[in-house]
Amino acid sequence: MLQVSSKRRRASDVLENTPRKDRRYVGKDVPRIDSIEKITGQALYTGDLEFAGMLHGKVLRSPHAKAKILKIDTTKAQQLPGVHAVLTGDDLDYRVGLYLVDKYILARETIRHFGEAVAAVAAETPAIAQQAVDLIEVEYEVMTPFLEPKKVFDKEAPLVHPDLGSYDYVQAVFTPVPGTNIANHTKLRKGDVNKAFKKADYIIEREYTNPNVQHVPMETHIAIGKWDVGDRITIHTSAQSPFTVRNLFAHSFKIPHCNIRVITPYLGGGFGGKAGIHLEPLCCCLSKMAGGRPVKIQATREEEFSLLPCRSGLTYHIKTGVKKNGKIVAQKMTMYWDAGAYADYAVNVTRASGFSASGPYEIENAWVDAYTVYTNKPFGTAYRGFGHVEFSWGVERHMNYVASQIGIDPLEFRRINALKAGSKTMTGEEIMKNTGNVTKCMEAVAESIKYGRLTAAEAAREKKTGRKIGKSVVALHKAPAMPPFTGTVMIIKLNEDGSVTGSHALTDYGMGTYTSLAQIIADVLRWPIERIRLPIENDTDRDPYDWQTVASKGLLLSGNAAILAAKDLLDKCYDVAAQVLRAQKCDLDHDEDKVFVRHHPKSFVTYKQMAVGYAYPDGNAICGPIVGIGRYIAQGLSNLNKETGQGNPALDWTYGAHGLVVEVDPKTGEYTIIKVASAYDVGCVINEASVRGQAIGGMLQGLGTAMCEGYIYNDKGQLLNPSFTDNKIPTSLDIPEEIDCIAIETPQIDGPFGARGVGEHSMIAVCGALGNAIEQAVGAVLTHMPIRQEDVWRALRNKKAPGKVVRQSKAARTEKNADAEVIAKPRRGRPPKAAKSVAETPRKRGRPPKSASAAVESAKPRRGRPPKAAKPADNTPKKRGRPPKAVKPADNTPKKRGRPPKAAKPADNAPKKRGRPPKAVKPAENTPKKRGRPSKSASADKSGQARRGRPPRAAKPADNTPKKRGRPPKAAKPADNAQKKRGRPPRAAKSDGSMPPKRRRLPKMPTVNEPVSN
Amino acid sequence: MQIKLTVNGKKYQRDASETKNLLHFLREDLGLTGTKEGCGAGECGACTVIMNGRTVNSCLILAVEADGCDIQTIEGEAKDGNLSELQQAFHKNHAVQCGFCTPGMIMSARALLQKTAKPSVEQIKEAIEGNFCRCTGYQQIIEAIQDASGQLKKKEGLRRA
Repeated sequence: MLQVSSKRRRASDVLENTPRKDRRYVGKDVPRIDSIEKITGQALYTGDLEFAGMLHGKVLRSPHAKAKILKIDTTKAQQLPGVHAVLTGDDLDYRVGLYLVDKYILARETIRHFGEAVAAVAAETPAIAQQAVDLIEVEYEVMTPFLEPKKVFDKEAPLVHPDLGSYDYVQAVFTPVPGTNIANHTKLRKGDVNKAFKKADYIIEREYTNPNVQHVPMETHIAIGKWDVGDRITIHTSAQSPFTVRNLFAHSFKIPHCNIRVITPYLGGGFGGKAGIHLEPLCCCLSKMAGGRPVKIQATREEEFSLLPCRSGLTYHIKTGVKKNGKIVAQKMTMYWDAGAYADYAVNVTRASGFSASGPYEIENAWVDAYTVYTNKPFGTAYRGFGHVEFSWGVERHMNYVASQIGIDPLEFRRINALKAGSKTMTGEEIMKNTGNVTKCMEAVAESIKYGRLTAAEAAREKKTGRKIGKSVVALHKAPAMPPFTGTVMIIKLNEDGSVTGSHALTDYGMGTYTSLAQIIADVLRWPIERIRLPIENDTDRDPYDWQTVASKGLLLSGNAAILAAKDLLDKCYDVAAQVLRAQKCDLDHDEDKVFVRHHPKSFVTYKQMAVGYAYPDGNAICGPIVGIGRYIAQGLSNLNKETGQGNPALDWTYGAHGLVVEVDPKTGEYTIIKVASAYDVGCVINEASVRGQAIGGMLQGLGTAMCEGYIYNDKGQLLNPSFTDNKIPTSLDIPEEIDCIAIETPQIDGPFGARGVGEHSMIAVCGALGNAIEQAVGAVLTHMPIRQEDVWRALRNKKAPGKVVRQSKAARTEKNADAEVIAKPRRGRPPKAAKSVAETPRKRGRPPKSASAAVESAKPRRGRPPKAAKPADNTPKKRGRPPKAVKPADNTPKKRGRPPKAAKPADNAPKKRGRPPKAVKPAENTPKKRGRPSKSASADKSGQARRGRPPRAAKPADNTPKKRGRPPKAAKPADNAQKKRGRPPRAAKSDGSMPPKRRRLPKMPTVNEPVSN
Repeated sequence: MQIKLTVNGKKYQRDASETKNLLHFLREDLGLTGTKEGCGAGECGACTVIMNGRTVNSCLILAVEADGCDIQTIEGEAKDGNLSELQQAFHKNHAVQCGFCTPGMIMSARALLQKTAKPSVEQIKEAIEGNFCRCTGYQQIIEAIQDASGQLKKKEGLRRA
């Protein structure tokens, strides 16, 4: 291993121990190496590429969620001039699938979701292609779609994939259930939940839901496919994982990998939506039919919502057993993933969420059933967070719910249960000191938002606006969801002038990973970063393998590969230098230009001299062009046991926390996010501004999910909001007033300089933070996302709060007596006091009793309410409520209503005096008018002046008995014990004796709290 | 139909289809691919250009409507191979991630600075309200525009705890 200072080298030097002062780039704010071409508009995205003879493809999409295709007639489309290819499902008997091969390229026989591709056309212009699509005639037999994931166990539920049993799938990891709509069932069984529930003091359960959501990359999906003679395929595509596109294509079409070339230019966002294979097969098949002409298909924004995949919806039921002291002892979690029509990534989302489902908290006894449910909706794929955003909503809302039911502050409750060094995760993995520190993340954000109190400014704001401020702290964790054998390669080539060009297949669609990798290479090589080039375009023919750019694993795996490649490059340079300088390698060192002998620095060889082979003055040459190669693969990971879910799946855990401050109008439900503080334990910050950019960007994307995004379907499964008009995403006006980003650095021992990834984490828990803060502010209980302002308003009016709380009696803790007291309605507010034991005398509280001396008593003035009047001797019950109606006058004259009649005009018709009464006449002698309170003197004649201010105090009684305070004693009951009249006085009859009509009561406000997706 | 227009200071005369929008005309007929198509419906702002001094969604303008107009696109921002102060500010302040919204975003910022030399944060937010960005969360873009107008006093950073 090579050392970065002039001290004696140690064999086991580790980069994360490199003193910060020796790091020139790592940890600093280095501008991105790929931003200038984007800022000038010179970066070429897939849509900017033109090829000779290129055609344009368009897709005919299904208007139905489930239907049989009875007939497709493409004759008119084929005859349209300018059309070169028309395809339907009958032409393409190929299926694709990442983990479960269940999807045809074009629908064959059956439509499974609204927007599914039924036919496709390639033509010379987009307009001709669209015209041809419109000429295709399709006859459908519309069928009843299956839309409710929770009904997956209904025997009558229509099947989305009746042939599920015949599909290929990754058997080591997934468990489809043929004959049902279950594409995968992930199980986790840790400890003994049934036993542990019996020992719990409380059992608290509730259900949480969220709908399908769209990634909305600014660049829609786009691909250009070319299928040449000899089955040589070239694909340009906006895809996150070029090697996955190649691999899946090869499997589906049975073509050798080396015949398929996938190139990814600049990418306009992905967020997981471009992680797999989507439009590429269709483009290539159209190209093959069109004689090898390249075919470009660019999805419109509307197609992006339904033709392309989205994020699965989730219904998450959590049942928690907890002790009075706040320790969770058992938790049962059931997830129904609304995965849509095809399995795609959703089966893996189910698996990854299954093992992470409890959040960053220790659960001794855990039971998880996570189901990937097929429904007739656009299918779910990978989305930033990979299931964690969806279930974290449930977990973080649930943590607050449990805390409130047992009477512990939600942050303290999280502290008690947070994973720490020595804890075991749900899969049985032991957390180590260097895994990360979620408690530190929570403390950092709690401090930032001044959790637990209102600042003076916040209190003043509440007073001024009438809105209520609420605060919450939530926590999160995620490990990369990837195969345990995930690996990557980095190649660094030394150029003739001493610069390097890197080659690898990790893509960068905005995260800034390439800049971080360049910083890492620059610090290992000790070169200026300007001499390190990492081209954004990836090419499977030219670049070495990388699994996929997903899962927040890129920095760790590719960063390590980059370090190994840089060291390999230096090692080869040292080989040359050792020979040329006749030195041993241990006597050499290097700087940005050369390799030199440490104790004779004037004895050196420059990189330029070595780059393409070293040539001696007489022309003899040694070594050769210098290339550094670094390979890295995840170490020590394992698959999960399919029955117990136990294993070691996590490359690393990145922990984080949010603190959120929100202001809510208690009448309308309108809210404003005042502040979001985010903290992540990233191990080592490689690029400050990149980490901050990920933190803020992900936070706002999470707020989009929390506040306003979500698919809305009708009862036929048709998508109603496939556009930005009705499916809004946050704009610059929606960002919180204040944003605070914090990094914690607990080094990841096997990470590059101690770093771990953070690409997804910023999105995960902000939804739960918002829901908790709103509840803390105004008491609105929300269990469904998104939280639109009308949802807050409805929740405020919802008298029946969701959830179920069981308080187990002491007897229930023994196995003999399983009875438990059920409280039907969940408590709000403070929990009930702990029951007293029989032997215990009630604790005396408050003021001690007064002494018994009556004489003393009578001398003291009474305070407060006077004693109740004695009950009548005959014990007739006191009459309560409204008095009986007044008897109608005999002559039925109607009661007069409204304004009393005007006073009769004075007989002399003098006009009525209006306005202020005339000023008092000044006294004749012009003494100045007395102002202020008149004097108390009783001699002045005050009868003519209106009194101002407080009336004078009543004179004290002559015998100085103390003034009686408080409520006056009740009037004595009338001698005849007639009941005291209460409530509204009876309606008086009208002047003509009749009674006025009754007033109608206004109807109650609606209490419906409907999910968005229904 | 024959149209004459000035784009980034250069005069063009072309035959434009009556059904083609200005966005596609710029990209396909003039080869200026910097301006991007994000939605084709005037909602995302990726196609923002400046037309006679005002920002417009070029996907909603017909090419023939631009006859006789002065158009500024992202390609005209840098001069003689040098980034403008606005572009330098975007670069320095990490206001670019995937870059797809960036050309439109810079055009909106440019139009704002042409009208208001020192815009407030509220004015900046309103000026870019019609430009969606899914990556950055807007904060670093706002800081870049403040920096370009000489108003970024103290740069917010990542705190360590």
